[in-house]
Amino acid sequence: MSLIILKNARLFDPATGYDQKGSLVIRNGLIEALGPDITQKNIPVGADVIDCKGHLLAPGLVDMRVFTGEPGAEHRETLATASHAAAAGGVTTVIVMPNTHPVIDDVAIVDYIERRARDTAIVHVHPMAALTKGLQGEEMTEIGLLREAGAVAFTDGVKSVANSLVMRRALSYAASFGALIVQHAEDPHLSRGVMNESELASRLGLAGIPSMAETIMIERDLRLLEATGGRLHIAQISCAASVDIIARAKKNGLQVTCGVSAAHLQLNENDVGPYRTFFKLSPPLRSEVDRRALVAGLANGTIDVIVSSHDPQDSEVKRRPFAEATFGAIGLETLLPVALSLYHNGDVPLSRLLAAMTHVPADLLGLKTARLQPGQPADLVLIDLDAPWMLDAAKLKSASKNTNFEDRRFQGHAIRTIVGGRTVFTRG
Amino acid sequence: MTSTDRQPEIIFPHRHLLGIEGLSKNDIIALLDLADTYVVQNRQVDKKGSVLRGRTQINLFFEASTRTQSSFELAGKRLGADVMNMSVNSSSVKKGETLIDTAVTLNAMHPDLIIIRHQDSGAVELLAQKVGCSVINAGDGSHEHPTQALLDALTIRRRKGKIEGLLVAICGDVLHSRVARSNILLLNAMGARVRVIAPPTLLPVGIERFGVEVSHDMIKGLEGCDIVMMLRLQLERMTGSYVPSQREYFHYYGLDHAKLAHARPDALVMHPGPMNRGVEIDSAVADDINRSLIREQVEMGVAVRMAVLDALARNLPNEARA
Repeated sequence: MSLIILKNARLFDPATGYDQKGSLVIRNGLIEALGPDITQKNIPVGADVIDCKGHLLAPGLVDMRVFTGEPGAEHRETLATASHAAAAGGVTTVIVMPNTHPVIDDVAIVDYIERRARDTAIVHVHPMAALTKGLQGEEMTEIGLLREAGAVAFTDGVKSVANSLVMRRALSYAASFGALIVQHAEDPHLSRGVMNESELASRLGLAGIPSMAETIMIERDLRLLEATGGRLHIAQISCAASVDIIARAKKNGLQVTCGVSAAHLQLNENDVGPYRTFFKLSPPLRSEVDRRALVAGLANGTIDVIVSSHDPQDSEVKRRPFAEATFGAIGLETLLPVALSLYHNGDVPLSRLLAAMTHVPADLLGLKTARLQPGQPADLVLIDLDAPWMLDAAKLKSASKNTNFEDRRFQGHAIRTIVGGRTVFTRG
Repeated sequence: MTSTDRQPEIIFPHRHLLGIEGLSKNDIIALLDLADTYVVQNRQVDKKGSVLRGRTQINLFFEASTRTQSSFELAGKRLGADVMNMSVNSSSVKKGETLIDTAVTLNAMHPDLIIIRHQDSGAVELLAQKVGCSVINAGDGSHEHPTQALLDALTIRRRKGKIEGLLVAICGDVLHSRVARSNILLLNAMGARVRVIAPPTLLPVGIERFGVEVSHDMIKGLEGCDIVMMLRLQLERMTGSYVPSQREYFHYYGLDHAKLAHARPDALVMHPGPMNRGVEIDSAVADDINRSLIREQVEMGVAVRMAVLDALARNLPNEARA
């Protein structure tokens, strides 16, 4: 029997628009009550009382695109180290991608991830399973059985399902289960480059990846979706044209949603500068015009979800000539601070930003979390919206330090993270 | 020359030569003026100088090269440096690891100048960050090849008396060419007009914003040109991926006397080498002593590289000098 009172908080639930000063009561890991009427007087004796000092108490974040190295590349990141990074970033639910060794394409591996997470991780971890066996893009996995085992969605992770016939059948089959299919939209032939196709890439002598590598794949998948029904989620979009395509498809009533990474909301291709491999991302960082379109698409709801696209890579594979370096950057600990920068700039309202990282992804994945309501799990984050701070890569909890934001100045971050009523992180 | 001879004083405020980008017009002129004096020295019986005496120069080539490597080797030796050649077969080990490890290893040998060629754009800059000596880019991927652009400029200036105001055509595989990128930057800095002539598949995105005119037609494009610079087209790019065939490419873009007739009557032909005779250039043009500067480019190459080595060495810590 445990009882915790979070008092003197700004209670903020993006799912309902609830925004009140007050307290929140946690009993046995669940939210029991919340509101302005809970005061010092009616708090039961024996409760743990935490003073939130007026800071914002919101549902813990759900990050639906996280890569780890477990199993197979534990030196980059384990479920445990990723979960510590998540906790420090205010993320209480992490969705891990199937691009591991072995690939998460079998019930036994889903089970392995869940057991490892239960034993070693300090936040909730759920896997997405591979959509095709071995991520080969040819034969679909056991979508029904994997779903029963706990896979929350199906994706080939950083790989696109390029074969139109395979994608059509997968969408069609998954529709009967209501399973969510997540596509990394990139034509494999058009995307053989290493950064955004542009004048800058030409000057640097680097092979480009055109926006049409993304838009062609999204347009194709939408055509398939029209025929098959079902639910399609584009993992990350990177350019203005994709925002337009998704907006049009939603207007036409297709069940399509999409995400954007925090990095793509904050950075553009110029950050690649003189061959900085930490900014080599997939999809690539694009122009400032594209970045602004992504921010606008997030603000107006065309883009549903913000993800970290956390992708730990060790220095051995990053400190190479640009063309030979691997793609990816970590992002669990900077997801919230980067999102908050859009709030401070006045680009996106706070409720929309937090919605895109809480109940919207939770609902897409069918997870019971991310709401400030009695009976819900007490997965919470306490946010100091205004604290100024500077990122020190050496202090990041992630086992890999390939961050896009070294020495970057931020305003606001998580100061306490609570998972199932238990505090898993506090900032000193 | 003897060790007491001094080359003219120049100001070249750079630690490395990683590209033409970042050089001012004055920097370029200073290097070309210095190179002119080395052309004279190289035509003497005694070609040996001593401005690099006691200095160690390492030629680190991750990509096979006979012409550029021997040019740098000769340049260093004629200035009195100790020159070591290292050819690294990058396919034998994981490339990136070799690169950083090699740099750290070489740096421990206290070289004064390292000349690097690498198949990846940006690789030379990456190495320059890891070593304590001066680095010269001898070609990185599709990015830059600054000494080639400088030797081309020297060749043009000596033959035409100027660079400013000339119309220079750069023809062929601009997309993959570091020579083209460095030449466009240099020629623009010196006030020449540049026209690139190639099929669209061999031009990089955004080329029109590089300060060049663009033509897809060799015959129209050559009109009014003072200099015709041909680029090498690698044979593996001619089998359908970028252009349909060698035969079709030569038909439309190969330089022969018939096409050259559309340029100015005194137009001169250049090629960075090695040439694919009958692919991008007809032998009759390549060997035409009245039109072709190709052999002269090789001679200028040694002089320009001596100038670059000398200019950079003047900024090195001085205690090694007598």
